[in-house]
Amino acid sequence: MATDKRQEIQLARDLIEGKPEAFDRFVEVFRSKVFQYALMMCGHREDAEEVAQDTLFKVFENFDQLRDPERVRPWVFRIARNACYMKRRKSVFAPTQELSLEDFLPHSEGDGSRKLEIADWSALPDDQVLRAELRDVIHQAIQELPEMYRAAIMLRDVEELTTEETAQVLDVSQEVVKTRLHRARLAVRAKLDEYLRRRQSGVAKG
Amino acid sequence: METGKHKHDCKEVFALLSEYLDAELDAERCDEIRKHLDDCPPCIEFLESLKRTVSLCHGCQTAEQPPPLNPEVREKLMAAYRKSMQNRARQGL
Repeated sequence: MATDKRQEIQLARDLIEGKPEAFDRFVEVFRSKVFQYALMMCGHREDAEEVAQDTLFKVFENFDQLRDPERVRPWVFRIARNACYMKRRKSVFAPTQELSLEDFLPHSEGDGSRKLEIADWSALPDDQVLRAELRDVIHQAIQELPEMYRAAIMLRDVEELTTEETAQVLDVSQEVVKTRLHRARLAVRAKLDEYLRRRQSGVAKG
Repeated sequence: METGKHKHDCKEVFALLSEYLDAELDAERCDEIRKHLDDCPPCIEFLESLKRTVSLCHGCQTAEQPPPLNPEVREKLMAAYRKSMQNRARQGL
C-alpha cells in the first residue's frame, strides 16, 4: 500500500510537470479506486461507474488546483465524496443511526471469570479461501454500517488515509473521525467475530 | 470486561483502543493503557482481534472493477487535463 501511495504521488507529480505519459496510468489507478469506494458508499454499480467518471472529470478540470502531489489521494477522495453525495439514494444514505460503544462491549462470563465470549482469533488460519471469505464478511459489514461510519472506515482503513486527511475529506474534525472510526471498527470486528465463532463451532462439530 | 477492580478501567480502555492502535494518544494516556493491558488478558485479547480487523481492512477492495474506459470519455478527460495545464501555465506555476 505504501508503494501504491508513492506511485500515485509520482503520477500526480508527472502530470503537474506536464508529462502526459502518466495520464493513462493515473486514470487507471484512480478510476478503479474511486469506483470501489463509490460502490461501497452508494451500493449501486451504475452509480459507482458514474461517480468514477464524474470524479475523474472534476479532477482533471481542476488539476491546476492541485498544488501538492503528496495530497493527491485525499484530494481525489474529497471530489469522490461529493460526487457520491450527488447520487444519494434514501436506502443507503438513510437517516443516521448512532452506534453506541456499549453495544460492542464484550461480555465476561457470569461467574466473573475472565473468559471472554469472543472467537479464538489466534487460531485464524492464513489460507486463501478463508481470506476471501473474511473479505466478503468485511464488505458486508462495512456496507451495513450507517453512512457516516462507513465513510470513516473506508477512508481510514481501506484507503489508508491519515486521520487528518480523512477529516479534510469528510469536512469534520479529527476527533469526530476518531470516534466514528472506532465504532465502525468495533462493528466490523463484531461481524468477523460472529463469523469466526460460527465457523469454529462448525469445525468443532465436524 | 472483567468484574471487580478493573471493570471501570476496561471500559475506559475499550473506548480508546483504536487511538491506541493508531498511536494517536499522548504519552501519558498510552502508558496508562499499556499498564492496564499488562494486567488484563481479556483486554489484550480484544485488542489483538481489533488489530487483526484493521489489518484485514487495509486495501480490502471489492473484486469488482469498472468496465473498460470508453475512448470518447478518455478524450474528454485528456482535454480537461490539457485545459487545466494551460491555466496553470498562464498562472505562471
